[in-house]
Amino acid sequence: MNRTASESSATPVHRVGSDVPFLIGLCLLGGFYILLIVATLVADALFTTPSDLARALRSPEIRYAARLSLFSSAVTTVLSLWVAVPIGYLLSRFRFPGKAFVDATLDIPIVLPPLVIGLSLLILFQFPLGGGTTLEGMVGSTSEWLVGRRWAMTYAVPGVILAQFMVAAAFAVRTLRTAFDEISPRKEQVALTLGCTRSQAFWMVLLPEARRGVLAAATLTWARSIGEFGPILVFAGATRFKTEVLPTTVFLELSIGNIEAAVAVSLLMVVMALVVLVVVRALGAGETVGRAVR
Amino acid sequence: MIEAVNLTVAAGAFRLQDVQFQVPTGKYCVLMGKTGSGKTTLVEGLCGLKSVRGGRILLQGHDVTHLKAAERGIGFVPQDGALFETMTVRQHLEFALRVRRWGRAEIRRRVDQMAGMVGVEHLLARKPQGLSGGESQRVALGRALSFRPTILCLDEPLSALDDDSRRSMIALLKRLQQETGVTALHVTHNRTEAELLADQRLEIVEGRVREASSQLSVVSYQLGQPDN
Repeated sequence: MNRTASESSATPVHRVGSDVPFLIGLCLLGGFYILLIVATLVADALFTTPSDLARALRSPEIRYAARLSLFSSAVTTVLSLWVAVPIGYLLSRFRFPGKAFVDATLDIPIVLPPLVIGLSLLILFQFPLGGGTTLEGMVGSTSEWLVGRRWAMTYAVPGVILAQFMVAAAFAVRTLRTAFDEISPRKEQVALTLGCTRSQAFWMVLLPEARRGVLAAATLTWARSIGEFGPILVFAGATRFKTEVLPTTVFLELSIGNIEAAVAVSLLMVVMALVVLVVVRALGAGETVGRAVR
Repeated sequence: MIEAVNLTVAAGAFRLQDVQFQVPTGKYCVLMGKTGSGKTTLVEGLCGLKSVRGGRILLQGHDVTHLKAAERGIGFVPQDGALFETMTVRQHLEFALRVRRWGRAEIRRRVDQMAGMVGVEHLLARKPQGLSGGESQRVALGRALSFRPTILCLDEPLSALDDDSRRSMIALLKRLQQETGVTALHVTHNRTEAELLADQRLEIVEGRVREASSQLSVVSYQLGQPDN
């Protein structure tokens, strides 16, 4: 009798083991990768000396490359937003025939090997269009007619920008699409009922709300462009004082065995990348970028 | 007057067919129906946010079936308010007037009047972040009525509110409708809201709109059917 009472009143105790081994396992597996990232940066920093850095920064070739990198990335960023805002908006807000195709096409620059992108650009611009002209020739004659100077695309600064743009714009599109997706279309619909055209609803309601996404896209595009190398090498070449950007410098210095200069320039780019990372985080747009890149 | 004549509206695979109803000028009509019955689709069709597949919509006797949302002159209050994050409450109330290029003095007068009517004078400088649910819906209501529409469509405007805010919004909606004489179509699945607000009640049953018999709903309400 007693036993039955005590049995029914006692709540069964369900003991569970410690969570510590699980957490330690996670930390060990993940920590390895984090450590690898930090170790590479630390090694870079320890390998180079302040005098190496100073010498690198004084070199006119490297200064030219840094200036061209900053300039071309800035232009690429503007151009990328120019196409990414409309594409991101269309993909986010409209259903149209061929949407899946457009969506998949936009992934091509992201998944294609960089060298192949450069080669494809090269081939496109040298492709005979008939009448003995090529796209390269058309760019030349059009620019001559417009500004009185014959511009070259291949192995020239415009080529650097186009090569950066090919890849960076795809990332800008992904980022902006995600940013627009996160804003309820209800808001634009309300704007329409309040008397707006689609264009007014876009400029007055959607774009201001997507400003963080636009900034995130701009920062990401800029960072991608600064680091772009493969397509530039193939399409624009690696000529000093002409089409040399910072990644090209690293490549050129390495190829002549000047490892100190290569590492110094690499560190310069690491610092730039970290600044971008901090800016993106500060904008609170890190998540948008993360999701877009995925 | 809102008049739907053999109206067909579709959203994806879903379709509301041969919708037929009239809401007389100045009346408060409550449209009820289960979740997924197509209430929102119907309201979107009326407001011009979903294209109409067949039939006609007449507002104050004018055929607006193929007019753009902007040209219909319907005030629209969506479920979540859908306030504009980057704008202050004052800018919300100004929005439709600025789009319509009203004069500055005129806009100021109207915004002050509207703010008083919906009780948001003290919030004019605030942005939507941090407004309570009730406050947000007052702003959304003020924004929808700012340009003096003759028709007001509300899509479950009170569903996210606590009981107190809901009670005060119901009182506000009643008062505003009397003051402005606006013809209202209010979508809800809350029977209490319907009892308190409706001059006329419609319900959507199996893709058809019909006049709701109020008796039936009173009975089921007394039987303790859930409000939501």
